[in-house]
Amino acid sequence: MARIDVNHVRHSYLPNPQKEADFALREVHHTFEDGGAYALLGPSGCGKTTLLNIISGLLHPSHGKLLFNGRDVTNLSTQERNIAQVFQFPVIYDTMTVYDNLAFPLRNRGVPEADVDRKVRETLEMIDLASWARKKARGLTADQKQKISLGRGLVRSDVNAILFDEPLTVIDPHMKWVLRSQLKQLHRRFGYTMVYVTHDQTEALTFADQVVVMYDGGIVQIGTPAELFERPRHTFVGYFIGSPGMNVMPVAVEGKTAMLGSQRIELPGAPKAASGAVELGIRPEYVRLGRDGMAVSVSKVEDVGRHKVVRAKLEGRDIAAVIGEDETVPAEPKVRFDPAGINIYADSWRVEMGA
Amino acid sequence: MDKTWNNKAWFLVLPVLVLVAFTAVIPLMTVVNYSVQDTFGNNVFTWAGTEWFEELLSSSRFWEAMVRNLIFSFIILAIEVPLGIFIALNMPKKGWGVPVCLVLMSLPLLIPWNVVGTIWQVFGRSDIGLMGYYLNAIGIDYNYVQDPFDAWVTIIIMDVWHWTSLVVLLCYAGLVSIPDAFYQAAKIDGASRWAVFRYIQLPKMQRVLLIAVLLRFMDSFMIYTEPFVVTGGGPGNSTTFLSIDLVKTALGQFDLGPAAAMSLVYFLIILLLSWVFYTVMTNYDAER
Amino acid sequence: MLELRNVTKTVGAVEHIRDVSLTLQHGSLNVLLGPTLSGKTSLMRLMAGLDVPTSGSVWFDGHDVTGTPVQKRKIAMVYQQFINYPAMTVYENIASPLRVAGVEQAKIDSQVREAAALLKLTPYLDRTPLSLSGGQQQRTALARAIVKNASLVLLDEPLANLDYKLREELRAELPRIFAAAGTIFVYATTEPHEALLLGGNTATLSEGRITQFGPTIDVFRKPVDLVTAKTFADPPLNTIVLAKKGADFLLDGGVKLPVPAELVGIADGNYTIGFQPHHLSLERPNAGAVPVRAKVTITEITGSESFIHLDFADVRWVMLTHGIRDFETDAVVEVFIDPRHIMVFDEHGRAVTAQKLAA
Repeated sequence: MARIDVNHVRHSYLPNPQKEADFALREVHHTFEDGGAYALLGPSGCGKTTLLNIISGLLHPSHGKLLFNGRDVTNLSTQERNIAQVFQFPVIYDTMTVYDNLAFPLRNRGVPEADVDRKVRETLEMIDLASWARKKARGLTADQKQKISLGRGLVRSDVNAILFDEPLTVIDPHMKWVLRSQLKQLHRRFGYTMVYVTHDQTEALTFADQVVVMYDGGIVQIGTPAELFERPRHTFVGYFIGSPGMNVMPVAVEGKTAMLGSQRIELPGAPKAASGAVELGIRPEYVRLGRDGMAVSVSKVEDVGRHKVVRAKLEGRDIAAVIGEDETVPAEPKVRFDPAGINIYADSWRVEMGA
Repeated sequence: MDKTWNNKAWFLVLPVLVLVAFTAVIPLMTVVNYSVQDTFGNNVFTWAGTEWFEELLSSSRFWEAMVRNLIFSFIILAIEVPLGIFIALNMPKKGWGVPVCLVLMSLPLLIPWNVVGTIWQVFGRSDIGLMGYYLNAIGIDYNYVQDPFDAWVTIIIMDVWHWTSLVVLLCYAGLVSIPDAFYQAAKIDGASRWAVFRYIQLPKMQRVLLIAVLLRFMDSFMIYTEPFVVTGGGPGNSTTFLSIDLVKTALGQFDLGPAAAMSLVYFLIILLLSWVFYTVMTNYDAER
Repeated sequence: MLELRNVTKTVGAVEHIRDVSLTLQHGSLNVLLGPTLSGKTSLMRLMAGLDVPTSGSVWFDGHDVTGTPVQKRKIAMVYQQFINYPAMTVYENIASPLRVAGVEQAKIDSQVREAAALLKLTPYLDRTPLSLSGGQQQRTALARAIVKNASLVLLDEPLANLDYKLREELRAELPRIFAAAGTIFVYATTEPHEALLLGGNTATLSEGRITQFGPTIDVFRKPVDLVTAKTFADPPLNTIVLAKKGADFLLDGGVKLPVPAELVGIADGNYTIGFQPHHLSLERPNAGAVPVRAKVTITEITGSESFIHLDFADVRWVMLTHGIRDFETDAVVEVFIDPRHIMVFDEHGRAVTAQKLAA
């Protein structure tokens, strides 16, 4: 296992990048701690896979360095870096048995057959496929194949990190739950350094201790799931995390109050230096629907089973609120904002609030 | 309930059925008819029964030609398949080189058989041919008109030159369908070049290889035009394949009865061998 | 009105669709919900006339259309892959079915612009599909399907290849787009969440069979059997097999779960109890809730909610709670089952309900 330092890394797929826009990955300077579970989260084209491939060595960065445990590995090949990677579509050697698939990386490295056998059996137990050892890999289901891809990484005791590139894309919803929790258990038990690329917020948030939110080739925010939920640094994070995303509306701030059209909203504190375009962000979970507060007109109620999403207009703007499974929309609906959930943004970046 | 649909469908395939009837079924019936009768092409027929078949199967000339065919097919498969795979593996997978290579590879396939034969006939001539002349100039005694070995070498090289491209193109199609992730995973697993070939590329090419082998086998077993043009079956009978023998019998000697029997047997042999080939290879595929 | 009457489709020795009967009304949105290989695509192909059923028949507005090929029926399909004409502009892509139908130019223009506006494609009409994002490409395919004025529009996991957030946006718009078109929509998905957001009707599929068909929220809340309940649950449904004795289900360690009042009359014996993850809670939701002790295997935190995976007796449960609740692996916690929210299934997996009991 290793600590991974990404040292001022930038990457462009063009031969002579000139301007900022030429870079698929703008400057990333970050340390992935030994034994940490990280997710790189963002929409397609945000540079998350580029960053992952730079770490794995499938891509050589145009600028910057990469260190594993302090050792410069920028110019080392993928094999020499000794990492494991699980891809979006399961990669299995389908002419081999499950057992031989797992033994493959070890045999390639000339590990004695006795050790191979011991490690493969251990790994088969870990990924819950012991009874499948002698079966041909081709007949397996997608989730089993993906476990084998993972197993080929786990079987090498000395891997520096395990990287995942949207590994659950082709897995049915039910199996996603099973695989995800197994992955997390493996992490807890064996302390691998794991980096997981996805566009799916649920996968990112449930898997990772630290989520790296990326947008347009750069990192927007790095934080725990709770931080990203409660205090999004940028309105993009507010939008991208949460389902539905954060409500963002332009306001005028004066001291500890914000004016939304004709409505006065009390803030938990006075925002510091809120200049430029000022917006108020509040997650639907913190919008309270009831008989007092600001009048809204409800346009739609989506019953998603465990809760309902109320779509409404407040001062002519779309707003979403989440209410409980058994709650109903009152006759003259009004909303209040829970001060704990209010964030103020200036030019899309969050501003701290004073007392 | 789905009558209308089906009637339409039959109507659409009717032209093909008519065409097949004229080009295959009716000639085949004629051949069957000829094979059990004696005639000299003067419309006088006498019943011969299985006489021609008996004669054919006991003639050494037939069996020799047959063995020649088998050896020839075996040799060209043994050369063209590995060579085709090798070239396909080394062809560029992206960039401007792809169309260039594809066009170059397709060129031999576009040339008609008799032209290929003529090209090689001239090319190999020891008096004026580019290859033949220079081979003799550097001291190699090469003359396909006199030496059976040289004749065989010429026909084999010609066939390899003509048809390896087909194997290359089929294999290439199989190779480019392999997603990048497989190669990346193999790198991470520390796989050698050979292991990548053995466990990723070969399995992905298996299906197209089956088709390539089958096509090349059937084609080479039926080879006629090129050796006919180049060597005319000679020197002696050294390059007389079944097809050439058949034409000699039918058109050279106007022995329509024996020729019909021979072509039927020939047809059945090809059918049988192709079927065996196909079953063996698909079973192998299914097992794995 | 599209009607499938006892439709079965067998390919070789494999039954892809088993005795499906289904009636879909004009102007309705119908979701086919089921895991991969449950028969969603096979069923759509039969509806479209791309395949002919092995037995049974397909009726449209009172006409038998079994075996009528797809070209002869007004059908539009949208696939998981973004399928457009790459060499044509977005405008021409949307206009293509109208051109085929020989609609006059002025009418084509107005219809294309209308559909483009509905799908927010107006700024991109002069671009080619490949220069657009995945979401916009799929919008183009959707616009083409809608402009065709088809009597049946089939969508086979149309959002599966899109990013999570794009999926969310398009999903929110689809019911509005569908309502505006007024034809029969059939929408296949593997995600229960998607079915709930789309609303309309849902047919749950399992191994080629339709297990239930009805208004989406009813199927979700009142599944007729265990298979349906499991198909329509994300996170997975929590289940446990319990013995009923008198007025109680017996749990491990002498704990008793009261049988819901309306079901007390059912015979004693073994039943499968099912309940949604959000009906398992850390705090006592009401006086009647029953506490049980379970062992934590793993906790997943989404920022606003926590999924706590628990081992109870020999089963694995998931609990969904609000807020951040982190537990060490192997910690033993007390959780509450709310008897008001349990579903009861008999030994054949059929739901036991008060109505059935009365009947």
